[in-house]
Amino acid sequence: MLRYTVLRTGSLLISLIVASLVIFFTLEVVPGDPASFMLGINAQPETIAALREELGLNLSPWARYVGWVTGLVQGDLGVSYTYRTPVAEIVAERLVISLPLAGYALALTILIAFPVGIWAATRRGSVADISVMGATQLGIAIPNFWFAMLMVLVFAINLRWFSAGGFPGWDEGFWVSKKALTLPAISLALPQASILARVMRSSLLDTLDQDYIRTARAKGLTKGQALRGHALRNALIPVLTIIGLQFSFLLAGAIIIENVFFLPGLGRLVFQAISQRDLIVVESVVMLLVFAVIMVNFLVDLAYSWVDPRLRGRR
Amino acid sequence: MNRVIFGTVAAAALLAGATAQARDVTIGMQLEPPHLDPTSAAAGAIDQVLYSNVFEGLTRFSSDGSVGPGLAESWEISEDGLTYTFTLRSGVTFHDGTDFEATDVTFSLDRARAEDSVNAQKALFANIASTEAVDATTIKVTLTNPQGNFLFNMAWGDAVIVAPESIENIKSNPVGTGAFKFSDWKQGDSISLEKNMSYWGEAAKLDGATFKFISDPTAAFAAMMAEDIDAFYVYPAPENLAQFEADPRFTVLAGNTEGETIMAMNNKLPPFDNKLVRQAVSHAIDRSAIIDGAMFGYGTPIGTHFAPHNPAYVDLTGNSSYDPEKAKALLAEAGFADGFATTLKLPPPTYARRGGEIIAAQLREVGIETEISNLEWAQWLEQAFKGYDYGLTIVSHTEPMDIGIYARPEYYFQYDNPEFQQLIADLDAENDPAKRTEMMQEAQKIISEDYVNAYLFQLAQTSVVNSKLKGIWPDAPTQAVDLTAVYWEE
Repeated sequence: MLRYTVLRTGSLLISLIVASLVIFFTLEVVPGDPASFMLGINAQPETIAALREELGLNLSPWARYVGWVTGLVQGDLGVSYTYRTPVAEIVAERLVISLPLAGYALALTILIAFPVGIWAATRRGSVADISVMGATQLGIAIPNFWFAMLMVLVFAINLRWFSAGGFPGWDEGFWVSKKALTLPAISLALPQASILARVMRSSLLDTLDQDYIRTARAKGLTKGQALRGHALRNALIPVLTIIGLQFSFLLAGAIIIENVFFLPGLGRLVFQAISQRDLIVVESVVMLLVFAVIMVNFLVDLAYSWVDPRLRGRR
Repeated sequence: MNRVIFGTVAAAALLAGATAQARDVTIGMQLEPPHLDPTSAAAGAIDQVLYSNVFEGLTRFSSDGSVGPGLAESWEISEDGLTYTFTLRSGVTFHDGTDFEATDVTFSLDRARAEDSVNAQKALFANIASTEAVDATTIKVTLTNPQGNFLFNMAWGDAVIVAPESIENIKSNPVGTGAFKFSDWKQGDSISLEKNMSYWGEAAKLDGATFKFISDPTAAFAAMMAEDIDAFYVYPAPENLAQFEADPRFTVLAGNTEGETIMAMNNKLPPFDNKLVRQAVSHAIDRSAIIDGAMFGYGTPIGTHFAPHNPAYVDLTGNSSYDPEKAKALLAEAGFADGFATTLKLPPPTYARRGGEIIAAQLREVGIETEISNLEWAQWLEQAFKGYDYGLTIVSHTEPMDIGIYARPEYYFQYDNPEFQQLIADLDAENDPAKRTEMMQEAQKIISEDYVNAYLFQLAQTSVVNSKLKGIWPDAPTQAVDLTAVYWEE
């Protein structure tokens, strides 16, 4: 077990170091200068030089890399070139929207996908199954930003039940904020739920065909008992893998939905930072996301062994 | 007795009604300021939120673009035009309670012109030789050379007065003297201002204001339609404007800006080093097709680098009237009878992207093939602006009164004309308004007749405003959303 932990930590560290090198030096070759961007087309060259000096951009790339990584290790993400505030503060402000939004969307995804997937799987070939398959196909095919705009049109402009976008802040109260995140969460959840429902269905169908289910049924369990007691748990492994991937995606990949609802989330922060060449923000956020993805995968691994005791022995 | 009481109650009710009119306003904008220091960045969004609302300068722009007194009540200019003595308003305090004094002015000006200054418009201060606080309300500024537009320069957002006490945190907590105080910044979402109760001048009619940042045009449309916001300043999708105009809930304001939209030509890159080629390009372009096609009819054609609403403007569009046959003849004369190929680099704004497509088609008509590349701003600055790596590019120059850039040979269109440079130097030193007008007109003619760039149109500013909200500037003499006189109509 100790050897496993050491190996595991070692590979984690190597992944992080490689990621940091790739992230830093890829962005290094992107043309564009944050100081020129800030000062615009009327600035004099010496003013730009003064700002570059102030921002520490005149140091060699290696010196900046080492400075950045040393900071990261100590939990310091650096100071944004454009906003001039610590990156950690900016990211924290965005995370209070992105994390709950991703969690909300994922919860909706699971709440829709599990019952629908199970329902379809237990009625294989029936009209119900076929219509679920058709509906999920549609759910995947519909671009979520289009669906989002449709919802804005109906619920914000015509019915006025929701505001068209924006985020009032958690200090306005939990329900107010939750309401502001509802339309975005539904738009995000729709395609994800469709994918997950299909995975749930096919995985469950696979397990329902297994010999042990037949044995369980032969022992006298009802269809429902066999499903709950044996099939469901075994069918969860691929579902968990997908959930893990979906959470990482929802955390970083909600940018289009953030734009439609003008939510100040992580995706928009990265997008803005790239266009302003605020590289330190991009680097630190991407690094954080890499870390988050690695952690999510680690948790998914743990969850595997929880649902399938056979996996515990393999270590 | 009863009647008296009734009368008093009625009066009180009326008063309450009158004060209840004061409300907040929510203004939508596409871009968010990177930080809140107008004196160290070019981003127009900083000025849009803070100019005149939070920060004030010695002088200030009015809605019609004229320059009047700001924190300086009056001024005297010495005979030789070298010394400006400003009398400052007394009883002015910054939002943190500290007094506004002459030393704040010297601090602000000296900071802007210092060697390590990062003021994006440092050139505005280049001519200042010294600043001196004579007493608490008098300041003397001595110039190296006489400068006709010094008071104009001091009205810019980059020249606002800041205080040494609050300079350290200005980027996140701006402290000025204006009619509104900075209150809160939810980064990525909004900035709120609140009314300054101890403002030296006429108090604001609004209780507060929130600037909300919505970059996506579709989201802007939805937010406006759902009445989540009261006004969208510089509405990003001109194709929706007709719909807003037809809706009685909204008013569309179409006004002037200082943005000369030009198709710049690389004057040192062959074949654009040949004036005949530049002239041919100018004649190949149909401005009205671009204004109608790319800007949905909003925009005023220009024939030189000067704002048409300026009294000194000369209409020179005739120099480059749309005439493809003439363009072909000029190309043949220049030795390009079969045309040539070049690059057309387009930054993100719609005027460039949409205008570029139309221009490319028009140039193809006369035999000029363009290879279009769409660039982000940072790429454009690197390639076209700094690297001179372009043939043609489209940019709107939004700084007011910026014809002087043609006197900078290293500027990206690389126009090097000593005669013009001398003219601009003379203009800078001239104080007599009549002579200045004459010289500005001369300058407009030189660059128009040299066909330095293809002059397209003056960028219009189109804002969508709730019909009951009054007092928003229709024109943009500087990039400002001046809320000091904005009010709600009952």
